[in-house]
Parts: sequence; structure tokens; C-alpha cells
Amino acid sequence: MTFRARHLLGIEPLHPTEITELLDTAQHYAELNRQGCAPRDVLAGLTQINMFFENSTRTQASFEIAGKRLGADVMNMAMQASSVKKGETLIDTALTLNAMRPDLLVVRHPNSGAVDLLAQKVNCSVLNAGDGRHEHPTQALLDGLTIRRAKGRLHRLSIAICGDIAHSRVARSNIMLLGKMENRIRLIAPPTLMPSGVAEFGVEVFDDMEEGLRDVDVVMMLRLQKERMDGGFIPSEREYFHRYGLDAAKLAHAKPDAIVMHPGPMNRGVEIDGTIADDINRSVIQEQVEMGVAVRMAAMDLLARNARAARTETGVMA
Amino acid sequence: MSILFTNARLIDPECGETRGALLVEDGRIKAVIESGDLPQAEKVIDCRGKCLAPGIVDLGVKVSEPGERHKESFASAGRAAAAGGVTTIVTRPDTLPSIDTPETLEFVVRRAREDSPVRVLPMAALTKGREGREMTEIGFLRDAGAVAFTDCDRVVTDTKVFSRALAYARSLDALVMAHVQEPGLSKGAVVTSGKFASLRGLPGVSPMAERMALDRDIALLEMTGARYHADQITTARALPALERAKNNGLDITAGVSVHHLTLNELDVADYRSFSKLKPPLRAEEDRMAVGEALASGLIDILCSMHTPQDEESKRLPFEEAASGAVGLETLLPASMRLVHGGVIDLPGLFRALSLNPSRRLGLETGRLTAGAPADLVWFDPDAPFVLDRATLRSKSRNTPFDGARLEGKVLGTWVAGRSVTETC
Repeated sequence: MTFRARHLLGIEPLHPTEITELLDTAQHYAELNRQGCAPRDVLAGLTQINMFFENSTRTQASFEIAGKRLGADVMNMAMQASSVKKGETLIDTALTLNAMRPDLLVVRHPNSGAVDLLAQKVNCSVLNAGDGRHEHPTQALLDGLTIRRAKGRLHRLSIAICGDIAHSRVARSNIMLLGKMENRIRLIAPPTLMPSGVAEFGVEVFDDMEEGLRDVDVVMMLRLQKERMDGGFIPSEREYFHRYGLDAAKLAHAKPDAIVMHPGPMNRGVEIDGTIADDINRSVIQEQVEMGVAVRMAAMDLLARNARAARTETGVMA
Repeated sequence: MSILFTNARLIDPECGETRGALLVEDGRIKAVIESGDLPQAEKVIDCRGKCLAPGIVDLGVKVSEPGERHKESFASAGRAAAAGGVTTIVTRPDTLPSIDTPETLEFVVRRAREDSPVRVLPMAALTKGREGREMTEIGFLRDAGAVAFTDCDRVVTDTKVFSRALAYARSLDALVMAHVQEPGLSKGAVVTSGKFASLRGLPGVSPMAERMALDRDIALLEMTGARYHADQITTARALPALERAKNNGLDITAGVSVHHLTLNELDVADYRSFSKLKPPLRAEEDRMAVGEALASGLIDILCSMHTPQDEESKRLPFEEAASGAVGLETLLPASMRLVHGGVIDLPGLFRALSLNPSRRLGLETGRLTAGAPADLVWFDPDAPFVLDRATLRSKSRNTPFDGARLEGKVLGTWVAGRSVTETC
């Protein structure tokens, strides 16, 4: 099964072979990026609009660089400052932009499902750059690629995801992706930051971090998303760091060659000890950022190919 | 004027189902004839072996007058009700402004009289502006025609205010209808918590929030002895508390919307905002438990919780979309799923749709006996159709049953012996 979709809205609808195809393409771009010879004509003549209804620096920059490296015309729209403030609805905004005939729409929105809703209303390909607490598919793909490069495979690994899982779209997309690729997933969080119904996810659940980290191959830390909190999920930052912050003592329970990941931006001293984040033998955090560009190049390349194929088909039909 | 309905399956909520004829004279049921000679009548309607039942009394309908007439008016709601076999709509006061003074109530009564082909009985707010701080003029409002008092989907959080309102209502023998949802726990929630809510990344509320609110209200009933109706009981966990309260002799009844009996949380699917309801749709186990409670009579009243919302309020990201669904026209066909599914029989269904709400509000309707008002619905319980929401008569068409296969078609509706069915 090859990746034929028009949009990349989430990991949930993807088949494992589609994930592998996306990762293989991304691996190819990662190598070209390192050699400094990415092909500039892949997205030449295509217009990519980045619509971010929520603040983002790194994801937006990553999508912008990915598009530009492949030759797309990239436009950034800071949606918080524009028509949304004037009371325009999401659908009207989508229809307006759609009329300008972009080819790729990269969307981040604070509401779960908002990107799906928008994708129903436009003709171009839509990439979900994060919707509420729902999905962040390119993050899960870049995490998957990073793990595959570090461990040589993306199956039969024991992977711990720790932190604010309840509010994290990164966690959801990763649980989907790593589960589809047949890994053992261990979720570690205080009960207040664990999503409801988690026992039915096909994962192991721990509220003790040392127990949860035992013999894992990968430690995936999540940002403690303070801006999402209604308040009162944890007693204090220092108690959180004491019980759930990743430090050398806790990491010692993982396998000796376990890698440490973080989607960024990091809160040093809250969920991760600075020395671990900087330990080049354990931390792959910088590589994650690098793979982010490659994964986004791959996703946009494949979506553009699918759109071309669809146009050719309808052309033949007509 | 006399009408003779012949060759009917008569669905009597009190005595069960019989075959026969029904004579209506001067707006009232004159006689039920099971066998023997048929009397003469000015008009004879052959029911062709289909069902004739007491018209539905729908408790908790929102007509968006005053304030949002573009969503629903008394004329459009009345037409929808007539098409759905609903002969009495009991309206909610959560309009703009709220129905919290005798003057606004009089407006509603007058507008309803002018425009609605079916009976309209208004409810009034329990507290001013539905703000939960001061009680309304319950006495004046009752004299002006309010049949019950409710703040609708807002919970009176201040227990002192609520206990005083209940005690005062008790002195007037007024019925209080309350929404049972612990407000702290349910704050910000748009779906029921659980695996589905987590997968979709939507904020959820534990089903326990319903039981907590019901427990509180039951304690207040023990204090005050008020007449009380819980608008919608939708979870299994709340049922034992309800049963205990009834066994302890408290004056308590409970309702449920047809949506919570025929749909579950998975019907939200890919963020379908037409399935966003208050309280949110529940897990399948809850749906089944509540269906059994309706059949056993523990839950007394089945309603549509008709809540019109225009396209603009619904075509938004799920969390921001308005809650509620229209239901006047789909109440009977959707309820028939319970009958066809073997959950409840037809007389049982019409106890919940017609008799029990009539009894609770002290009305003569809801019965198929001599002397009762001739509010009737004639329907084919088995006629299949696919619902197209464009055909709904409501001004708003936010139904979660769009495209659904339903069985049960209304063939005619009479209010006080007068046909209110549109001629087509």
C-alpha cells in the first residue's frame, strides 16, 4: 500500500507501509540535505502557505525551510494577527485562501479537529502542523525517522513516553505511529496528566518513572505545556522535576544505549536535566530538528506527487 | 364535529394495545370501540391498520423566540411538531432574553397562540436571567401560565439559592426541572471522557459528574420536599441514586433525550458538530442501561431536547461549535429504533412520550380514554425512510440523523380533534 492520500491530517489513517514510504523518502532527503544538494525543482512553481493560528517558531521555520529547499514559493500567514481577530470564521478564511489557489496548505490550530474541518473545504493538499490535542503527524514521523536512524529499526523496541500526555498531540501521534510499527509503548505521567481511557490504548501505563523506564530503548520526553493547563495539574514545578524530570539517576534504569528525545522547546530543570539534554552520547534532540526538515520535505513532495497524479487521472477521464 | 377513526391499532399507554375504532366528538375522545357496531360520525378516517396513539408531549423544546427567530419561530416549531406527531410542546426559557418575568412569559404565550398549530405550554426560568443568584417571581409566573421552572442547561451552583428556590416552589406546588451535571468537573468539556475523547484530543467530562449533581439535588429534595424533574439522565451510574430517591418517596422524575438512547459517543466520529449535545453523548454501556431504565419506568419521560442551531453556530471547530440538536420531527421515528430493537413496546414508549409528561404537568392529555382531549398521532411504525435534513420543517436543521435509516412515519396529527397535518 503506497501513500496516495491528498492530505496529511494525522497518523491514525496511515497504513504501516505508508509510514515506511514516508520515512524512506525522508531518509533520502536527509542525506541530500547533509550533502547540501537538495533538488530545487521538486516543488518548483508550487505555492505553499503556512497558516499558523497558534504561535510556533520551530515548526513553522522547519516547514518554511523544507518548502524553500524544494523550490516552492512559501508564504507565512500569522493568523492570530489577521482576519481571525476581525471575526472571520475558520471556514471563510479557508475559502478565501483557497480562492488564491495554493498547492500546499500547512495549518496549525488550537482546536482539535479544526484542520480536518478546513481540509474538507479546500481543493489543495493540507498538512496538519498540529491541531489542539489531537495530532501532529510530521512530529511523529520525524521522531520515527530519528529512532530508526539511531536504532537501525523501528519495530520491536521498548519506548517510553513521559510527561504531559493528556495535553499532548505529539504523544497521540507517536502512540499511533509507534503502535502501528509494532513497538512496546510505556506511558509515564502523574495520573492528572494521563488521558482518560488510556488503559484501552494498548500501552503500558506507569506513574512511577523509574519503573516505567526500566530497560527501554528510547526515552521520549514531552514538554510540560504550561500554557495548556487549566491549573492545578501538578503541585509545583520542583516536585514535578523531582518525580518526573529526566536526570541521570532515572535514566540509569533504561538500557545503557537508550536514546533521549524531546520535541522541544525544552524546559530545562522542569522535565529534563540540562546535562542530559546536552549529552551527545544519549540525546538525539538536535537530530530530531534536522530530521524534521527532511520529513516535511518528504511529506510535501509525496503530497504534490499525489495531487499531480490525481490531476492527470481526471484529465484522462475528461 | 365528530370523527370516527376506524381499523386502527390503538396504542393506549395505560391499558396496552388493542384493535378497533375511536370516536372523537367536540375535540375530545368520546369512545373507544373494540368490537360491535360502529357509531355514525360526520367524518370517517380509515387508519388502514396502522397505529393511533395519544399525541406526544415534548418536554423541553427550545423555540428561539424571543431573540433568535432566525433559528426557530413558533410557526416553524409548530409545523415541525405537527409533522412529528407532537401535539404539545413544553418550551424552555433559555431564550434571549430569558423568560424570567410575567411580561416576557405573556409574550411567549401570545406568540404561541398566534402562530403555533400545536399546543404550547411555556416553562419559566427558576432564577433571574438564569444566573443562579435570585429566584424569579415563581408565583406570578405560575399564574401567567408557566408549567415548570428551570434554568435549562445551567446548574444553580449556589446550594443556598437552589434550596430556597426549591422550598419556595414547594409552597406553590410548582415543578422544578434541573440539569444534572456537576459544573466544576464538567467545565470546558465537550465530550464524555474515555478512549474516544482522548483519541480525538477533545476535553471530556467523567460520566460521574451526572451522578454527583443528582446526588446533590436529591439531598436538597430531602430538605425541601419540592417537586423535581431531572431533565436528562444519561449514565448508568446515576440510575441507582434515582431509584433510591424514588423508593424513599421523594417527588422526583427523570427524563432522557432520544439522542442519548439511540446514539453514543462514537457518533461524534470525525468531529461532527451535529452530534455535540449537552450533556455529551455517552458510552454504549450507558446508552443501553438508560434504555432499560426507560423500559422499566425508572426514567419516566422521553423527549427530543429540541435545540435549533443555525449553520454558522455549527460549522466551527468542535470545541467552539454550539451544542444541541433539533428533534421534534425525528423524535418518533428515532424512538421507534427502541421498539424495533426490542427495548420497549409501543404502549411503554407512549407512556414515556405522552402519558408521563402529561401526568407530571397535571395535563389531561396523553391518554386514549373517553373524555381525554383528542390529541392524536396516526403513524405507520414500520415505514422505512432515509432522513434528508433538507426536508425538515424546522428553520434549523442540525440533526445528527441526517442520512440515517429510520422506520416510523407520521401519517396524521390532531390537536383537540382538529387536523394539524399539512396538506400536501
